[in-house]
Amino acid sequence: MRRFVLRRLGYALISLFLLSLTIFLLVRVSGDPTVLLVEPGASRADMDALRAELGLDRPMVVQYVSFVRDVLRGDFGRSFYYRTPVLELYVSRLPNSLLLALTAMAFSLILGIPTGILAAVRVGGWWDSAGKVFALLGLSMPSFWTGLLMILFFSVYLGWLPSSGAGSVLHVLMPAFALGWYFAAAHMRLTRSSMLEVLGSEYVKLARLKGLPEALVIGKHAFKNALIPVLTLAGINLVLMINVAVVVETVFAWPGVGRLLYEGIAFRDFPVVQASVVLGGSMIVVVNVVVDILYAVIDPRIRYER
Amino acid sequence: MSVNAPASSRTAGVTLAWRWASYHSEGLPVIPILILLILGFLAIFAEFVAPHNPEVGTLSLRFRPPAWIAGGSSEYLLGTDHIGRDVLSRLIFGARVSMLVGFLAVLFAGFVGTVLGILAGYIGSWVDQVIMRLTDAWLALPALMFAIFLAAIVGPSEFNIVIILGLVYWTRYARVIRGEVLSLKERDFVRLAIVAGCSKWTIMRRHILPNVLNTAIVLATLMLGVVIVTEAALSFLGVGVPPPKPAWGLMLADGKKGLMAGYWWLTVFPGVCIVLMVLAANLLGDWLRVKLDPQLRQL
Amino acid sequence: MSDRPLLELDKLSTHYVTGRGTRTVKAVDEVSITLRAGETLGIVGESGSGKTTLALSILRLLPTAAHIVSGSMHFEGEDLLAKSPGEMRRMRGKRIAMILQDPMASLNPLFTVGDQVAEPVRIHEHTSRRSARERAGSLLRSVKIPAVTQRLREYPHQMSGGMRQRIVGAIAISCEPGLLIADEPTTSLDVTIQAQYLKLLREIQRERGLALIFITHNLGIVAHMCDSVAVMYAGRVVESGPVRRIFNAPAHPYTRALVESIPRLGEGPERLTAIDGHPPDLISLPAGCAFHPRCPQVIDRCRIEAPDTVEVEPDHRARCWVMAPGPRSRA
Repeated sequence: MRRFVLRRLGYALISLFLLSLTIFLLVRVSGDPTVLLVEPGASRADMDALRAELGLDRPMVVQYVSFVRDVLRGDFGRSFYYRTPVLELYVSRLPNSLLLALTAMAFSLILGIPTGILAAVRVGGWWDSAGKVFALLGLSMPSFWTGLLMILFFSVYLGWLPSSGAGSVLHVLMPAFALGWYFAAAHMRLTRSSMLEVLGSEYVKLARLKGLPEALVIGKHAFKNALIPVLTLAGINLVLMINVAVVVETVFAWPGVGRLLYEGIAFRDFPVVQASVVLGGSMIVVVNVVVDILYAVIDPRIRYER
Repeated sequence: MSVNAPASSRTAGVTLAWRWASYHSEGLPVIPILILLILGFLAIFAEFVAPHNPEVGTLSLRFRPPAWIAGGSSEYLLGTDHIGRDVLSRLIFGARVSMLVGFLAVLFAGFVGTVLGILAGYIGSWVDQVIMRLTDAWLALPALMFAIFLAAIVGPSEFNIVIILGLVYWTRYARVIRGEVLSLKERDFVRLAIVAGCSKWTIMRRHILPNVLNTAIVLATLMLGVVIVTEAALSFLGVGVPPPKPAWGLMLADGKKGLMAGYWWLTVFPGVCIVLMVLAANLLGDWLRVKLDPQLRQL
Repeated sequence: MSDRPLLELDKLSTHYVTGRGTRTVKAVDEVSITLRAGETLGIVGESGSGKTTLALSILRLLPTAAHIVSGSMHFEGEDLLAKSPGEMRRMRGKRIAMILQDPMASLNPLFTVGDQVAEPVRIHEHTSRRSARERAGSLLRSVKIPAVTQRLREYPHQMSGGMRQRIVGAIAISCEPGLLIADEPTTSLDVTIQAQYLKLLREIQRERGLALIFITHNLGIVAHMCDSVAVMYAGRVVESGPVRRIFNAPAHPYTRALVESIPRLGEGPERLTAIDGHPPDLISLPAGCAFHPRCPQVIDRCRIEAPDTVEVEPDHRARCWVMAPGPRSRA
């Protein structure tokens, strides 16, 4: 087990390294980085000063090393717009995104898993057909459009829910739904196919041959096995949600890291943009590792893998 | 009750209502193809089909509702936007933008991804390692974020968007193609070619490439939907296709301005177009997947 | 042992309906079988001959596309076809049990061996967890698994194939069924393990007075284990009778060919015989006797009319117009 964990951590480190390298190179390679890293409206003199300060005339390797050092120290520069260290800004917004993502994930699982199971257990039936329509729609509708439609319906026409900001349960409902809708469809699809596969397996056959009640066959034997891939996906999707929530957060003016990224673009606040990408990407790598390890905890076969 | 479950269908299936858009292995998915053809037609002949200029508007006619609602007129069938531009015309021209960007991006990503996938899969060793680690790292970044990042660096324009989307999505191709190549390598006809003394490049070109083309095509159709949504998102956020060009995502961003006032047509119609196109691409892709290569069900 | 047969199938037919109602496959075609308590019946046939469908029919666990269309089934005097789904479920595992071919796939990878062995006991006999667990322990001992307490806590993937098959066996006998159906239980085992396993099966059978239906394509095993044999071809039982008779004097040309195709040491290579032709396609069976395209003794009648059952001797039946004459060529 320990070797397994170590190996996964090793891969993660390599990924993090490549990630930071990619981001670093892209910025440097795209022409004159000072244009990006300097505040809008700066003069030539400012730019020259910045160039010297950042040491952009030093060899790439040295620049990269100091870049990484800064990142590891938590120094992502200062936001042009807010004039505070970017890391502080990011960290202050992160809990909001987390809340949104968790709510959306809960919604997607509560909607997706049971519908998927029902669709699989009653293959070809009404539930299955309805589920397929739901899946198709969910996967084809852009999340921000779903959000906009919801605002139209629930805020403008019905006046039930607030259309922007955060602060109460009512505020989180629509963004969570808009964000989670797509993932609900994805989870439903995966649950269905995973469940179908499990239902056709030999051990489910044997469970029935043992004379177990159908509820036990499905609830105990089929369920746990079918859920493994779904939960893995959900774990990975959680962080993905945080990161792609950019548009949903923008639509609802939800104060999370996604909206922070949007502000970064809108206000040409490059340090914010860069930090969001580095932090966002790193979070995904870390979560992937954690999910891999959790997977091993649930599925005993992986634990003993050499 | 049964011991065996009936055969499973893992494709994003068909319902009673959708059976005519279906992909039983016998039938063509008529509706998706029809939708794509219509959109393609609109894209190509936009100048002749659209009633108005999509980029110029009459300010005195702003926020007109669609023709069938009081206050609307038959001249502006689907209403006007905040600058008085005809929504219908913008939608039609927007089809051109979406299709162009979508197809070009998919082609670009597909080309790069397929080539690198073949190289990684066939040559193996350090080439494989480098490409795979790079793919892993790039895949860790969600596409949208990555695209936003790139757009922030190089600035938005139609051309840039195509390049950006291509750069973001090639990794998905590379992964899958590499897998295909790995299994192709073991096949007899490749081994025969090696024994016959063909060079690596010849084999890759003559034997491997045609055989992964199927997979590449299926992937391309499946990716089309994703690319279109990403482009719409980028335009919505302001880092995609720049105004005044009529991109559907951009129209949604503009539409948001009138949302609280209840100007629903500015939001509903562009979104419906996006959904139609993505739906058509997804259904077509699923059908192709089943038709061309049943082993791809894992995609 | 009572006089009344334990299991009686009378002209049982199970059909698959495919292609949206357009095609019917007669997976089991008018099969009649009698089995007494404590007896072992071997069911022999190629893949696709209907053996497994027959077993699933007895347990009424057919896939949705398959239906029992005619005939009757009686177990211990009770009409199986008249039972409700709930009653059938209670019979499974408790009065009729079945072992499947692949032991690794039969066991749920996420639950311990102890849990899976104790489960049927808990469900059918409504015992407490603790006593079910103890029962599981003694069951594992009776299938000769060492270090029982340790094994109960382990997972299936931690064991060897032979051990897993014993565990599946333990599950099967856990509620003292009267009939055990074993569907090719040794096919996926190593040859050396096979012999051990078969020996174990025989012991268990003798200890508990179990009736055993042994489904296999391996005639050698049948000769070892079984009292009587039923040979299946294309869904029909083409010959049935006591094991010695079938081996010494097979009446049906197919049986004859099967028996003769068993290679024997000491005889030259000229003696290796195979059966000509291909296994039958159940979707489009030939008219008349299904075996006639491959039969060395075919006559015209075989091509037109499917043969009735003929009683060659008491208890020895075959379905053939041309009975293979006399004892087989190598006695």
